[in-house]
Amino acid sequence: MITRKELDLWVGIFAVVGIGAILFLSLKVANLASFSSSESYQISAKFENIGGLKVRAPVKSAGVVVGRVGDIRFDNDSFEAVVALNIDSRFKFPKDSSAKILTSGLLGEQYVGITAGGDSVNLKGGDTLKLTQSAVVLENLIGQFLYNKAAEGDGKK
Amino acid sequence: MATSNLVEVQDVTFSYDRRQVLKDINLVVPKGKVVAIMGLSGCGKTTLLRLIGGALVPDRGEIRVAGQVINKLDHDALFALRRKIGMLFQFGALFTDMSSFDNVAYQMREHTQLPESFIRDLVLMKLQAVGLRGAADLMPSELSGGMARRVALARSIALDPMLMLYDEPFTGLDPISLGVIGQLIRHLNDSLGATSIVVTHDVAEALELVDYVYYMSAGKVEFQGTPGQVRAAHLPSLKQFVYGEPDGPVPFHYPAPEYRKDLFAQ
Amino acid sequence: MTERVLELMRALGARIVSSWIWRLGFACRFLWLMLLESAPSFRRFHLTIREIYFAGVLSLVIILVSGLFVGMVLGLQGYDTLVRYGSSDALGVLVSLSLVRELGPVVAGLLFASRAGSAITAEIGLMKATEQLSAMEMMAVDPIARVVAPRFWAGVISMPLLAALFSAMGVFGGYLVGVRLIGVDEGSFWSQMQAAVDFRQDILNGIIKSFVFGVAVTWIAVFEGYDAPPTAEGVSGATTRTVVTSSLAILALDFVLTALMFRGL
Repeated sequence: MITRKELDLWVGIFAVVGIGAILFLSLKVANLASFSSSESYQISAKFENIGGLKVRAPVKSAGVVVGRVGDIRFDNDSFEAVVALNIDSRFKFPKDSSAKILTSGLLGEQYVGITAGGDSVNLKGGDTLKLTQSAVVLENLIGQFLYNKAAEGDGKK
Repeated sequence: MATSNLVEVQDVTFSYDRRQVLKDINLVVPKGKVVAIMGLSGCGKTTLLRLIGGALVPDRGEIRVAGQVINKLDHDALFALRRKIGMLFQFGALFTDMSSFDNVAYQMREHTQLPESFIRDLVLMKLQAVGLRGAADLMPSELSGGMARRVALARSIALDPMLMLYDEPFTGLDPISLGVIGQLIRHLNDSLGATSIVVTHDVAEALELVDYVYYMSAGKVEFQGTPGQVRAAHLPSLKQFVYGEPDGPVPFHYPAPEYRKDLFAQ
Repeated sequence: MTERVLELMRALGARIVSSWIWRLGFACRFLWLMLLESAPSFRRFHLTIREIYFAGVLSLVIILVSGLFVGMVLGLQGYDTLVRYGSSDALGVLVSLSLVRELGPVVAGLLFASRAGSAITAEIGLMKATEQLSAMEMMAVDPIARVVAPRFWAGVISMPLLAALFSAMGVFGGYLVGVRLIGVDEGSFWSQMQAAVDFRQDILNGIIKSFVFGVAVTWIAVFEGYDAPPTAEGVSGATTRTVVTSSLAILALDFVLTALMFRGL
């Protein structure tokens, strides 16, 4: 028959190992350590087409993650997409920075890339990025290619 | 209450699903006496015992234990009353995951705040009373049938109950264990100043041991009296029961078509 | 002919209503009773600790070994598929997401149901058959508070821990096969994994799933044990029912939870 002491010992070990597994999963497998409770400020950017951009997609500058996409909405007046970007408070960008929607790798997910401008004044919470470049949509690209080819053909005649 | 009866069963009727098991049962158990409820299997005697213990609730009638109507008590009152009742189950029903010692100590640990040293002494005393103090550290799986039942008996008298209920205590025991259990039932009853109800169909042991007998058949009390009166009774079904006659009111043959017809049937 | 069909339908309906729905109602009432009587499971925590040992600790071996093997298979199969698209660097992502989101909670749940769930049902059923539960009642001890509730809480506490251990072992297994055996780049394995696995979305949801499965499996296990007919066949049938019903419940709940949690991704 198993004694009280042995029971407590084994259950204690079980609890420690189990919680250890949860910690391992949270810190080593997931990204808990790096990006949870840091302060952030929100700026927005308007795009003609966001392509496959999703909420919580990364916002990168020079390839480094500086924030996350917060919210994606449709502006019924300008018929553009309004994307809210939560930028980590540690990073400041000039007011004339531009935002592009890029794809990571060939089949990868889409993210927002910010290229810094040259203005002396920085963006603060609530500001809007003026310069944006929409996502590359494959159908438009093909249509453009065919159109160019057709124009070339016409020009030659 | 000015009555010398510890248990009074009044006009109790009980059905299980739709099968009527007991009908208009009336019986009393005087204080300090050992009373047997006997009958064939299926006559309802175990059901009656459970009703007295409050494990079942009758459809009609009242069961009074120590002046309280046990079938009308709420949960807390019922459990408070049960602490004064001890029950020995047919095969002991010891808790298999703890030793004999822990089994006997169970109620003391659950219902009292006694320190462990005190409990240890009490447990050893109870085990001594049933002759198994040396088996205190054995697990139920290591005990023989008779020994397990004795440990269970020690367990049920742990809090010195005023009423002891025995469900078929003699079933499946060897002659020596039979004698031991019988002696213990009587001895403990008298030394504890308790009252005992023994449900059994072991006629020989019961008649040796008890003060009064209720004989039940098909859900009714057919006869009641002292052991002497039972032995001398002329009631055919009781005679057949007491003397173990193969044929009588309870027929030897299960209902069947005529013998000759059955043998030569095509 | 129509007579027979009608008769059949009536019998089927009667069976569903009288046995299935009746039992479901009883099971819900039982759960409620158990929750009400749960105070002793925590006040006298050693009762629950004992059950955590028998349900959780004794399941460790099967969970860890299975987790390791599942992870290793994921590593093999995952590599085989990803290498066709030149994306073998994403092996860490595939292994970890499969485990944390789905395989960890579900497979650990199924294993727990088979090992611990059936043991709990058999134990309680046997205690009922040998009149130990009745004896307890006659000794003014509530069997639901003393026997049933601690086992329930032990299962609920153990499941998330076991699922996490399964997933962790699986990731390790995938690492062993992918990085050590096959030669996928170690850096990419971990870094892509860390970038793709989100704590709130994946880990937390996985923990919530395993918690829900724990409740379902243990509830079914204690109920079947308590409700088992007090005979040998009764207990054996109840044990089988526990494993079957728990497994179906896990798979069904997994669908519901996945649909709720992973919907807009």
